[in-house]
Amino acid sequence: MNATASSASAVPADSAATSVALTTTASNGVPAAPTTAAHPQPWAERLRRIGGPRRSPLAMIVWFVILLALTAVILYPLIWLAFATFKPSSEFGQNFSLIPWEATLDNFRKVLRGIAGVPLSRFFLNSLLVACLAVAGTLISASMAAYAFARIKFRGVGGLFTCMIGTLLLPFHVIIIPQYIMFNKMGLIDTYVPLVIGKFLACEAFFVFLMVQFIRNIPRDLDEAARIDGAGHPRIFLSVILPLLRPALITSAIFAFIWSWNDFLSPLIYLTSPERYTLPIALRLFNDATSTSDYGATVAASFAALIPVLLFFLFFQRFLIQGVATQGLKG
Amino acid sequence: MTVLTTTKAPVTVAPARRRQPGRGNPRARRELLAGYGFLVPWLIGFFGLTLGPMVMSLYLSFTRYNIFTPPEFIGLANYVRMFTDDPVFIKSVKVTLTYVLAGTPLKLAAALGVALLLNYFTKGSGFFRSAFYAPSLIGASVSIAIVWRAMFGTDGPVDSALGLIGLDLGGWVGNVDLAIPMMICLTIWQFGAPMVIFLAGLQGIPQELYEAAEVDGASSLAKFRHVTLPMLSSVIFFNLLLETIHAFQVFGSAFIISNGSGSPGGMLNFMTLYMYKRGFADMQMGYAAAIAWVVLIFVAIVAALLFRSSKAWVHYAGETR
Repeated sequence: MNATASSASAVPADSAATSVALTTTASNGVPAAPTTAAHPQPWAERLRRIGGPRRSPLAMIVWFVILLALTAVILYPLIWLAFATFKPSSEFGQNFSLIPWEATLDNFRKVLRGIAGVPLSRFFLNSLLVACLAVAGTLISASMAAYAFARIKFRGVGGLFTCMIGTLLLPFHVIIIPQYIMFNKMGLIDTYVPLVIGKFLACEAFFVFLMVQFIRNIPRDLDEAARIDGAGHPRIFLSVILPLLRPALITSAIFAFIWSWNDFLSPLIYLTSPERYTLPIALRLFNDATSTSDYGATVAASFAALIPVLLFFLFFQRFLIQGVATQGLKG
Repeated sequence: MTVLTTTKAPVTVAPARRRQPGRGNPRARRELLAGYGFLVPWLIGFFGLTLGPMVMSLYLSFTRYNIFTPPEFIGLANYVRMFTDDPVFIKSVKVTLTYVLAGTPLKLAAALGVALLLNYFTKGSGFFRSAFYAPSLIGASVSIAIVWRAMFGTDGPVDSALGLIGLDLGGWVGNVDLAIPMMICLTIWQFGAPMVIFLAGLQGIPQELYEAAEVDGASSLAKFRHVTLPMLSSVIFFNLLLETIHAFQVFGSAFIISNGSGSPGGMLNFMTLYMYKRGFADMQMGYAAAIAWVVLIFVAIVAALLFRSSKAWVHYAGETR
């Protein structure tokens, strides 16, 4: 990932340095160098700075305080949500502080009873089923496609790869109407097939791309060794590439799960009977039905729906952040 | 600048041309078979669920179609109606463009600013990076849309906080002027994903460049302007492209916040929302397909402009693979 072209860096270093030298102005706008003195600097000072960025404790404290304040602002909506789940419905519109006057578990009790005669657990299970299918489909189909793109040289692979990258940029809405008409003709409305079939067909280019990037960084010597031992592509894929692909598979699995869990548009269009609803659609029903009378229950249900995603985040954040970072580095 | 390439690139390209993909070569034939074999699911998905539907939606956009009777070809009538006889559509275009063109740069500015802040001390920034990334995962969910409506409602936390500094704006949710700013706040709140990409880019900038600049006595601002920005330009381009396309597709949050109506005053009636209403509530599938194609055209124009301009400002000098 960090395979920066160290051999080539000497040249941009020169050109950048000269262009910098031409326009140097002693400005102190950015807190990056608290001790910035006007040039020319004494040699000792220059050498100290080349030794690496050493920052004053004061800068460290200011930095920490700014980031802490930012964290508070950014996480406030979540904190608000967590506290609000304990507010009785009557307090909404009255009590604007974070802390409930009279904390209660009533909201959760109501949520467990469910909506439209369907208990909340049912929506959870529906969402879970769809998300697990999405994960399974994504892992199988995306890893196969990625292997072909990254490791097999055949006529047409370049053009197809370009097509795949193209779908990465395609707005989903342009295909939703024909897809709906198609699935409608096949009698698949109000089933989970339209929600998961695309996952089994590697339609989410993000995952294919992520895995291609990963496979390209696996040394080819391993393939060659296996090939000399008589292994064909299926064998190399299963016993060499897949085991090494594990970090990318984990990242993809988590993203596939979370995206499926949060997905709103597809279930909104395809699911019609409440007992098949996934959580986001059930939440919408909840929101419409109770937003005026029983806001507490809506809030509690919203919170409950976020819990699995937040848990994934807590345990797997390293994989998620790495996945996002690798994707961006290709550019 | 373009002369510089990583030493790794030629090595990975070389094996592609080692063997001629001829028909007589059994090895090449095996590769061909294996290649398409592995691609079978993707190929079915690409032609069946992406390219096919795209062509079909283009065709439908020239028809009147309510799903129950066969589509009736009406030429460009849908497009003509859209731009000459449908003020709701024109409004939705304005709303969408305002949101995309204002929201995306602000989000990226926040992402880059915080990434620079986090990159300042590498030690101890891991916690903050995670905390800031979290909203990106949940920002588009129905739960957060419900929370957002509460945050920006009358006497909600935002209204109260602004009241403390003497700004009495009232609730943002029902306010025609503040509905889009509220949505822009929601997208800025999710700056974490581009921030993570920026951070990775920042960490890929060779330290020698800064050292060389410092030897020449460059100020912090000059270093940012002449080292960081050029070295980061490919990452900025990537983020700009993806986030812009992403912004055009805003749907769920606007749907939930406005209860599916796009109110107040059509200010949350994004093109996607309007497409949904025309297609799935009014069953005007042809008209909806035309709206979808206009969204696609807008996205294509923005992407083309970005790619075009990138030649002038994106430097691939120190590309970090």
